[in-house]
Amino acid sequence: MIDRLKFIPGRLVQSLPVALGVTLIVFFMAHLLPGNAALALLGERATDASVAALTEQLGLNRPIWEQYVIFLTRLLHGDLGQSLTYQLPVTDLVMQAIPVTMSVLGYALALSLIISIPLAALAAFRPGGARDLGVRSYTLLGQGMPQFWVGIMLILLLGVNLKIFPVGGYGTTMVDHLYFLFLPALTLAIAMCPTIIRSLRSSMIDVLGSDYVGTAKSKGAYGVALLRDHVLRNAAIPTVSVIGVNLGYLVGGSLVIEQVFALPGLGSLMINAIFARDFPTIQGVTLFVALFVVVVGILTDVIYTMLDPRVDFASKDQT
Amino acid sequence: MTEPLLSVRSLSIGVKRGSADPTLIVDDVSFDIAKGERFGIVGESGSGKSLTLRAIGDLLPRGVEVLSGSILYNGTELVGMPRSSRRKLMGPEIAMIFQEPMTALNPVVRVGEQIAEGPRRYLGMSRAESMTRAIEMMAKTGIPDPVRRARAYPHELSGGLRQRIMIAMALSCNPRLLLCDEPTTALDVTVQHQVLRLLEDLCDDSGAALAFVTHDLAVVNQTCTDLAVMYSGHIVESGTVREVLRDPRHPYTQGLLDSAPDFDRPERPLIPIPGFPPNVASRPSGCPFAPRCPLVVEACRTAMPPMETVAPGHGAACIRADRTSRELVAR
Amino acid sequence: MMSPAELLNARQQQRRALRSRSIKPWYRNGALMAGIVIVGTLVLIAVLAPLLAPYDPIAQDLGNTLAPSSAEHWLGTDKFGRDVLSRLIWGAQVDLRVGFLAVLIPFVFGSVLGAIAGYFGGWLDTILMRIVDIFFAFPFYVMVIVLVFIFGSGETSIYLATAAVSWVSYAKIVRGEVLVAKKQDYVTAARLGGMSHGRILVKHIGPNVLSQAIIYGMSDIVMDIMAIVTLGYLGLGIAPPTAEWGSMINDGQEFITTQWQQATIPGLMVVIASLGLSFLGDGLSDLLSPERRK
Repeated sequence: MIDRLKFIPGRLVQSLPVALGVTLIVFFMAHLLPGNAALALLGERATDASVAALTEQLGLNRPIWEQYVIFLTRLLHGDLGQSLTYQLPVTDLVMQAIPVTMSVLGYALALSLIISIPLAALAAFRPGGARDLGVRSYTLLGQGMPQFWVGIMLILLLGVNLKIFPVGGYGTTMVDHLYFLFLPALTLAIAMCPTIIRSLRSSMIDVLGSDYVGTAKSKGAYGVALLRDHVLRNAAIPTVSVIGVNLGYLVGGSLVIEQVFALPGLGSLMINAIFARDFPTIQGVTLFVALFVVVVGILTDVIYTMLDPRVDFASKDQT
Repeated sequence: MTEPLLSVRSLSIGVKRGSADPTLIVDDVSFDIAKGERFGIVGESGSGKSLTLRAIGDLLPRGVEVLSGSILYNGTELVGMPRSSRRKLMGPEIAMIFQEPMTALNPVVRVGEQIAEGPRRYLGMSRAESMTRAIEMMAKTGIPDPVRRARAYPHELSGGLRQRIMIAMALSCNPRLLLCDEPTTALDVTVQHQVLRLLEDLCDDSGAALAFVTHDLAVVNQTCTDLAVMYSGHIVESGTVREVLRDPRHPYTQGLLDSAPDFDRPERPLIPIPGFPPNVASRPSGCPFAPRCPLVVEACRTAMPPMETVAPGHGAACIRADRTSRELVAR
Repeated sequence: MMSPAELLNARQQQRRALRSRSIKPWYRNGALMAGIVIVGTLVLIAVLAPLLAPYDPIAQDLGNTLAPSSAEHWLGTDKFGRDVLSRLIWGAQVDLRVGFLAVLIPFVFGSVLGAIAGYFGGWLDTILMRIVDIFFAFPFYVMVIVLVFIFGSGETSIYLATAAVSWVSYAKIVRGEVLVAKKQDYVTAARLGGMSHGRILVKHIGPNVLSQAIIYGMSDIVMDIMAIVTLGYLGLGIAPPTAEWGSMINDGQEFITTQWQQATIPGLMVVIASLGLSFLGDGLSDLLSPERRK
C-alpha cells in the first residue's frame, strides 16, 4: 500500500504550476481594478499621502514581475495583507472563518452520502422500475433548484412552520453547532446529491451487471451484504472522482448558503468584504479557496488509489 | 435406483413480453444428473446451454426467467423457491464456475479474501479460520506459494491462476454440485488441459457432481461421462459420452463431430455445418435444425420430433434417428 | 487498406445506417417535446411581458405594501407596493435573456480554442490544459462574484464574468471530442484526399463535435441562470429596481413568515425554467448522439 502512495510527491510537484497559476491570477485581480491599485487597496476615501505611502511600501511603482515576487514571498510567510475594514491581518480573519465553512462542508458531505447511497442502490437494483424513476425525477428536479432557494424553503418548512431547527446563526458549543448547522448542511447536501446519485447509480448498474457480482451471488451473497461487500467497493470508485471534481462547485455554493443562514464563515467574510470594497480580504479568501480546491484534487487521487488496486499513477496519462 | 442429485423436467426459459407470447430461449429441456456424475451440455452459442445452467444456479440475467418446468435438487423443488432460501443453497450445495476469470473475480478484493468469503458465511468460520481454509484450497488447486498469492489482486495473476482461484472458491464449501460454464474456453490450450484434469481430480476427491457446459466436444470427451447435445433451446441427443460420440444419431451431433478436428485422423477434412442457428425470436415450426439438416424430409418441418430411444440410455430427437447418419450421407 | 474514396463512402454508409436505426422521429421524443413546450411557454411569457403583466413592475404604491394575494394583485405586493405577479413576468425577460446570451461567448471562444488544441496537439495542447486546470481550481461562484465586483455590477459584468469562468468547460469538452474524432477513418481519408486542416476541422470534425458542446451548452444556460439569480439574491446582480427573480427572493426572505409566496414563487419559476432546459438538453442529446445514450 505504502509504495503505491509513492506517487504523491510527484503529484504535488505536478500541482505546483497550477498553484502558481492560481496565485498569478489572484495577483492580477488587483491590477484589473480600474485605477491605482493602492487606491483600490485603501479604498476611495484614502488620502493622497497614504496612497503614496502604501504605493511605496508595497512597491507598486516597481516592475510588475517584481511585485509578483514580493506578493509570493509574503504569501509563503502567511501574510495576506491587512483587511481594510477590520484593520486585522487577513490571514487571521480567514483562519477564524475556516472552521465554520469546513464544518458545513464536511457535514454536508456526510449527509449527502447518507442520502445518496441508499437512493442510488434503490434505483440501481431495478433500473426502469418505479423506484428508479422516482429517484431520477428527484435528481432532475434537484439540479434545477437554486441552492439558496432550497435553503430558504427549508427554513420555511422546518424552521418557521415546524420550528424544529433554528433559522440562522452558529451557536456556541459543539452540540449547538450540530444543531445549527443541520439545515445549511442539508441544503448543500440536497444540492450535491443529484450529481452523486447519478454517478453512483450508473456505476452500480454497471457493477450489478458484471460477472463478479454473478460470482458473489453464486456464493450466496445477496441484499445488503452484496451491496456492502461487493457492489459499493467497486461502484464507489468513479464516484469518488466525480465528488472530487464537484467539490469546487460546492465550496462556491457553501459561500452563498452562509448568507442565507447567517453563518460566520468564509462566505460571509467574502460577501461583506465585497460590499465594503475590502480588496485584501477578497483576495485572501479567493486564494485560500482556490488552493483548497487544488489540495482536494490531490486528496481525491490519493483516495482513488487506495480504493482501486489496479490504478498506477506513475504511468497514468493526463487526458 | 438411487434418486438423481439433480432432476430437470420440461424446463422452459425465456423472456416474458406482457400480453404477447413469451420468447422461448430454452424449450422443454429434461435431464438428470446422478451423484458424482460428470455431465456435459454441448451446443453452439445461442443454444441455450448457458441459460439452462444459470437457471439451476438462480443466476439468470435480468428479464430472463424460468417460464415452466421443474428443477429438483435432492428432491427439493428449486423453481419458485423464495430468493433467501435459494441463496442458502448456493455455496455449500451448489457452486458455479464462470468462463472468464478476469471479469468473474472482484477486481478490488484480494483473491484469498474472495475464496474465504464462502466458508466464513456458510461454515461459520472465523476470519482466520476461513483464510487458512482458503490457502488450503489454493494449494489443492495447485497454486504455487499460496500464502503469498492469497494477498494478490486478480489483475496480478495469469489467466490459468485466476481460473484455479475460481475453482478453489467454488469448492471451498464442499458443494455437491459444481456448475461449470465454459470454464476453459478463455484459456490457452495447454492450460486448458491442466485445469480440466484439476477439475476431474477434485470432483473425484470430494464426490461432487459436475454439470459442464461447453461447445468443445473434445473437452466433453475428456472430462464427462454423460452428455446432452443442445440445439436452439432443445436437447437433440443425450446419452453416455462414449455411446453418443461413437454412434451419433442426430444429424446435428454428426455435424458437430464432422466439423471438429480429430487428432486421431488429422487428414480428415473439416466439414462445417452450413447456415446459422435460428434467431430466437423467429423459430420455424417443426425441428429447429431442419433448415440446415442434410437428412431433412417434409415431415421434419411440421412438428418438433420427440426424443426417441435408439439404444438403452441413448436418445435422439430425430425422426430419422433409427438409421445412423453415417449410412445416409455418403462420404 | 481501402482507398480514400471507399473510406469516405464507408463513412456515408455508416451515417445513413445510424439515422435509419434511430429510434423515433423528433416529435415523438418525450423529453424534447416537454422541453420545447416548457421553454417555449416561458420565452413567450418573457416576450409578451408588456402585454401580459397587469402592472408596471417598478411602479411603487407605498400605500399598499405587503398586501396578501387578492383579485387585483394575484400574488400580492412586495415591500414597496409593487405587484409581485408583474415583477415575476418581467423577471422572466431578464433572467432568460441573460441566461441565453451569457453562454454564447464562452461557447464560441471555448470551442474554438479546444478544437485547435485538440487537433494540433503538442505544446499548444499542453498549455491549454494547464490553463484549464488553473481555471478549474476556482470555484464557479467565487470567481463570478469576484469578477462582478471587479467589473462593477450590471448586465455587462455578468456576461464578462460568466464568460471568463465558463469558457474552460467548452474547451475541455470540444478538445476531448476532437481527440477522438481525429483518429476516425473518415478524417484519415480526408487527409489522404488532400484536404487542408482547416477544411477538415470545419466540414468533418466540427459538426460531430459541436453536438456535444451544444448539449453541454443547455446545462450551461441552466448554470448561468442559477448564477444570475444567485447574484441577484446577494445583491450583486442586475441593479434594482429592475425585476429579477433572485432579488425578488431576497426581498421576500424577510417576510417569509407572512408572505411566503414572495420568496417561494420566483424560485419555483427558476426550477421550472431549469427543468424545461434540462428536458431540452436530454432530448437534444438523444437526437444528436443516440448511440451514446446511457
